[in-house]
Amino acid sequence: MRAAGAPNYSPDLIRQFARTRRDFLRDAAGLALGSTLLRRRAFAGSPLKKRKVVVITFGGGARDQETFAPEGQENIPQLMRELIPQSTFFTQVVNRGILGHYVATASLATGVYETINNFASLPPENPTVFEYFRKDLKRPSSDAWVVAPSNGFNRIGESNHRSYGLGLGARVILPKHLLTAAISKGRSDYEHLLRDNYETPLYAPELAGSEFELEQLEKILKLSVDDFKTHAKTLSSPDELSVYIVRQLMRQVAPSLLWITMHDIDVAHAGAYSLYIEGIRRTDRLCAEIWKMIQSEPEYAGKTTLFILPDFGRDSDDDPGGNGFQHHRTGDALSRTTWLMALGAGVREGVVHDRAMESVDLVPTIGSMLDFSASLAQGKPIQELV
Amino acid sequence: MLPRDLKPENFERYPAEARKLVRNYVGAFQRLPLSFLPSLLREIIDYDFKFPSERKAVEKELENLDSLSPEQTKTWFESFAQIELSTKLERFDWVNAPAQFVEQLSSHLWTTHQLDRFRQAATDYAGRLHAAIPPEVPPAPRLGIAVIGQGVASFNEPLFRKLRPHGAHFSRVKPENGLDLLLGAVAARAKKHPIPYAHWYVDGGEEAKYDPAITCISYRALEPLRTVVLRKMRSESEKPGMGPETLRTLLAQMTPSELGLAKPTDPVLDRFQVKLLTEGSGTQIFSTTFAQWTARETLRRAQPLTLLVRFAPRQRQKPMNELLTERNESPELDPLGSLVDADMGAYYNWLNQQRLPGAEQSLFLAWFEGHGEALAISPALPRGTESTSVADLREVLSWMS
Repeated sequence: MRAAGAPNYSPDLIRQFARTRRDFLRDAAGLALGSTLLRRRAFAGSPLKKRKVVVITFGGGARDQETFAPEGQENIPQLMRELIPQSTFFTQVVNRGILGHYVATASLATGVYETINNFASLPPENPTVFEYFRKDLKRPSSDAWVVAPSNGFNRIGESNHRSYGLGLGARVILPKHLLTAAISKGRSDYEHLLRDNYETPLYAPELAGSEFELEQLEKILKLSVDDFKTHAKTLSSPDELSVYIVRQLMRQVAPSLLWITMHDIDVAHAGAYSLYIEGIRRTDRLCAEIWKMIQSEPEYAGKTTLFILPDFGRDSDDDPGGNGFQHHRTGDALSRTTWLMALGAGVREGVVHDRAMESVDLVPTIGSMLDFSASLAQGKPIQELV
Repeated sequence: MLPRDLKPENFERYPAEARKLVRNYVGAFQRLPLSFLPSLLREIIDYDFKFPSERKAVEKELENLDSLSPEQTKTWFESFAQIELSTKLERFDWVNAPAQFVEQLSSHLWTTHQLDRFRQAATDYAGRLHAAIPPEVPPAPRLGIAVIGQGVASFNEPLFRKLRPHGAHFSRVKPENGLDLLLGAVAARAKKHPIPYAHWYVDGGEEAKYDPAITCISYRALEPLRTVVLRKMRSESEKPGMGPETLRTLLAQMTPSELGLAKPTDPVLDRFQVKLLTEGSGTQIFSTTFAQWTARETLRRAQPLTLLVRFAPRQRQKPMNELLTERNESPELDPLGSLVDADMGAYYNWLNQQRLPGAEQSLFLAWFEGHGEALAISPALPRGTESTSVADLREVLSWMS
């Protein structure tokens, strides 16, 4: 707010960002605008009980100009060529909450703008989508899972709400924590997979909550510790490790509600643009891999809806209070406005909607699709999807 | 305490020059809302360690506040006055710890969903201030130079993509003695306009030989300081109960003497260098981040007439914990990744330069070090053009002016 940092926007800069988000997609993918006449993929006759939902948060935070803007599309070839043509795409998803990754992901998962400390080991204060799902539909704990990147996300699966909470949440796997437990020695071979919180690299909250234990690796995922370690050596990032776990989870447990939080992109906090771009390209590839898994795994094919959305964006180059892509601290429009892609069962293909919606609309939408009531969520079901 | 309760003696702990400055404006402070005043005090408390242009800005802002009638004050600060604060914030020692107050205010604004209102209030205030105190046109057009790609033998992808629409792209520049020519141009400007802290050379590696009239900061020269900061970060973070926000606050409060800087040769520059490492994110581990952040802060704070930033290869990415560990061996470098970082860094340098007064006349040159590719932005050159003229960097600079 200091005068010395007062903006002095030139017309060129304004013009540079003047194209709408919808234009980006219309040009690139030839999508239709909000038509209701287009084909909607059926749930393949699957009864409500068989329906599945997978959510991927495209994290931690990516901007238009490195993704869907013309100059950014080269970074997301899989989303542009493979996924968007099969999806209903929402171009303006506004996050009005706190732009910290844990609290924002908790807000996405509860449908309420949470105000918990982003860096503390605290559960969400409002019921999560997993609790609504399990309580309303009387599902076992094996039917709702979270795969999360950072030790800080270990409480994301279950709130402390007195009507829900204890015993009703999702099971949470922290692949990095699992890997740490699996490697009693030779840690240096795996260091690249153990990067944790990019925003505060030296800080990791105490672990607590319903954490997935090492001995369950073999029992539930049918994966020996040695196989896990051997395969982990072939991977290059924490998010790749997460996707490896997701594959095992889908094959061995096949949960109906699966939430995957990506985080590689948040390396941007270190200020190296090339690493941020590398993170986006990797996340793009991993999203496509998960979609392929969904299509090829018999338990998922034809009855699964996939949602992909960033938890939020990053600061604009235009805001003198920030430092561009590096952080998400200004709360400017670019850092608050992202997108949502829905594809698979029950979703129309090749449609783009330009109306503004909020990130807290996700949980009520999943509720409508799976037939549970997210009664305490602030958002509303997305009419174009339900 | 609220601003209306302020007395001159409340500022006894301020550094000498700041204390002297503030004495004349306590009456004006009493009329300001608490959601606004500490951010002004955050600037004033550091007045003794500010660059000349910053001092002038603070002085003018204070004069302007003092000149506002009660009605004008009400109009200017109405939106700030509507921001709801907590009792905890009101009880905070915001006079002596304004920066910490602003951190807590920020957290409060996010949590209470008042951030957008606050942003709007701040933007409106900046606009009013800008209108009341027209910016001073610099005595000469500013010149920004970015030298990128040190150590890269070849690069097949297009460079300067974000800058090209704004300037002329040269593909056949003679690279011989390029850095010397550019540093010579900076030195010549420093001699022609001998203003303190007006001509800078920032190097992301080891600095080349430069004229003493230039203010220089280099990543290599700051290595001992970086080591101390990293050690401090690590030791503090291992203490029980230390969270990220406390660590950030603690680092921001560190002074040059606490970090082992011996006798201050230049208290203003010493403090500036410490802040680059204690307040910047990633500046301690990646030289490209250091160069970009230093350029940003130099432009924002010192408002230089000339700024040459030379990016150098950063270390290859490793797990953060390992990057933050003090190591003796030479780190493995990532020249290609560093070139991509620096290409974006050059764009940010230009954007930040364009935020300063005199932007219409400003000049900017980006050069791929050791190669024939450069991009020049100047009112004298057509935008979005390509040139295949063979020229050295001195000639390119002459075409820009």
